[in-house]
Amino acid sequence: MYDTIIIGAGMSGIAAGIRLAYYDQKVCILERHYTIGGLNSFYRLRGRDYDVGLHAVTNFTPKGTKKGPFARLLRQLRFRWEDFALSPQIGSTIAFPGVKLDFGNDLELLLSEIRASFPDQVDGFQAIVDRIVDYDDLSPEDYELSARELLAEHITEPLLIEMLLCPLMWYGNAREDDMDFGQFCIMFRSIFMEGFARPLAGVRLILKNLVRRYRELGWVLRLRTGVDRIHVQDGRTTGVILDDGTELEAKRVISSAGWVETMRMCDDIDRVNGRKAGQLSFVESISVLDKKPSELGYDRTILFYNDSDKFHWRRPKDELCDVRTGVICSPNNFLYESDDESKKLPDGIIRITTIADFEGWENLSEEQYRLEKLKWYDRAIASAVRFVPDFRGHVVDTDTFTPATIRRFTWHDNGAVYGAPHKQLDGTTDIENLYVCGTDQGFVGIIGSIISGISIANQYCLRS
Amino acid sequence: MTPNEIRDVILDILEDIAPDEDLTDLKDDIAFRDQLELDSMDFLDIVMELRKRYRVQIPEEDYPELASMQSTCKYLEPLMKDVAV
Repeated sequence: MYDTIIIGAGMSGIAAGIRLAYYDQKVCILERHYTIGGLNSFYRLRGRDYDVGLHAVTNFTPKGTKKGPFARLLRQLRFRWEDFALSPQIGSTIAFPGVKLDFGNDLELLLSEIRASFPDQVDGFQAIVDRIVDYDDLSPEDYELSARELLAEHITEPLLIEMLLCPLMWYGNAREDDMDFGQFCIMFRSIFMEGFARPLAGVRLILKNLVRRYRELGWVLRLRTGVDRIHVQDGRTTGVILDDGTELEAKRVISSAGWVETMRMCDDIDRVNGRKAGQLSFVESISVLDKKPSELGYDRTILFYNDSDKFHWRRPKDELCDVRTGVICSPNNFLYESDDESKKLPDGIIRITTIADFEGWENLSEEQYRLEKLKWYDRAIASAVRFVPDFRGHVVDTDTFTPATIRRFTWHDNGAVYGAPHKQLDGTTDIENLYVCGTDQGFVGIIGSIISGISIANQYCLRS
Repeated sequence: MTPNEIRDVILDILEDIAPDEDLTDLKDDIAFRDQLELDSMDFLDIVMELRKRYRVQIPEEDYPELASMQSTCKYLEPLMKDVAV
């Protein structure tokens, strides 16, 4: 009998496991995939290491900062700031036709860019900054208010509203079209006020830190071990039944599989009713270059582009991808510490992400799937090179993953990247001792999901 | 444990929970929250560390007793009377 069973060995599941194991609980983490990481994982292909899901770690704060999610995470998991080896971004850009706004790990740059391009909106922007609610002060009642309405209260230039929403939606909006005020505050802080960074070794480093800490505390992590059902009796769960039929008992279960996915596993009654799974998934094309992006005159860490004045954030229905907007990420363009070439990334890399239609991709035949991946690689790049130097002549290898890939390796419905639009902020379910953490609890991104696992573990499994 | 020993225990725990904080001038009669950057998760860890290290159980309704060093030591004195250092 375990104290707690955790479903999913992604960032949130492992973080929850660390907290519980540290305080001497008998914990078991169960993961269906053959590796850890979930939506933020890593893989090796043709001799190169790639990250899944990581462009940059958001919520970056410098060493010695005491407030904010990253500092909290370090204290809660007993890590030092150095353990994450985060190198800050060089700088990022929001690029719309005719106007761009640069931003960095300090609000000052964005403010001065707005002063230059939208001088009459500076006061309005400052008013927005003053309305941003701190993480711990977000009330559930205010959470789902409209971000677009809030922005329109203070900013009279619609183009600026679209430009501000673009990166915030890209890096963490599970809703189509509009954004929850709560999520807007979280993303505004994490992207514009805290900022971006990356470990040279990528996601691999972060996951290895987490797993090593968990294993040091001696408890159980089982890969290739899928949960088939969560056994429920009289409103309580007694544990889980694995794909191979084995029963594991526990006093509590925490699931990071997603709300709908978790409800589906409960075996007493049919719980899959109103709440919908997330609709937003991506195609990401990775291009390996024979030069570093800086040698091609490109120094942006992340570039968010949109090819009209209106930003569309919606699952495409008529096409497999929507290339009107995209994210261009260059993992090379971070301030990695040294001038030593061996301490930099071996290759130049450019990653381009576009919104994609899960159903369309999922329903292709194998042959069609292969062809469409090639076609959409070309189209995504063609769209992107309107905003960045044309690197196509320098590509030596590529890899592309689709919503179907994400679904295949994370088992999240629709290959949803940011979870369901309606978040279960308190992490509870109608089953007394079953809880949810991860994207559907509400915090997205690497730091966010780690905090999610920590919060749920603290709140429901550690307090007396 | 004597109240002074308990005080050392709490300092030890605070050093682990908030390694970046300077504890040398900690005032016993002022709330921890007003001197240190501790959030509610850090407070939970004080409770958890006491349980882990000394098997002291503190019910949730008593958490507010741990507001300052003085109130914490006073609260813990009867609970840790027979606990070895």
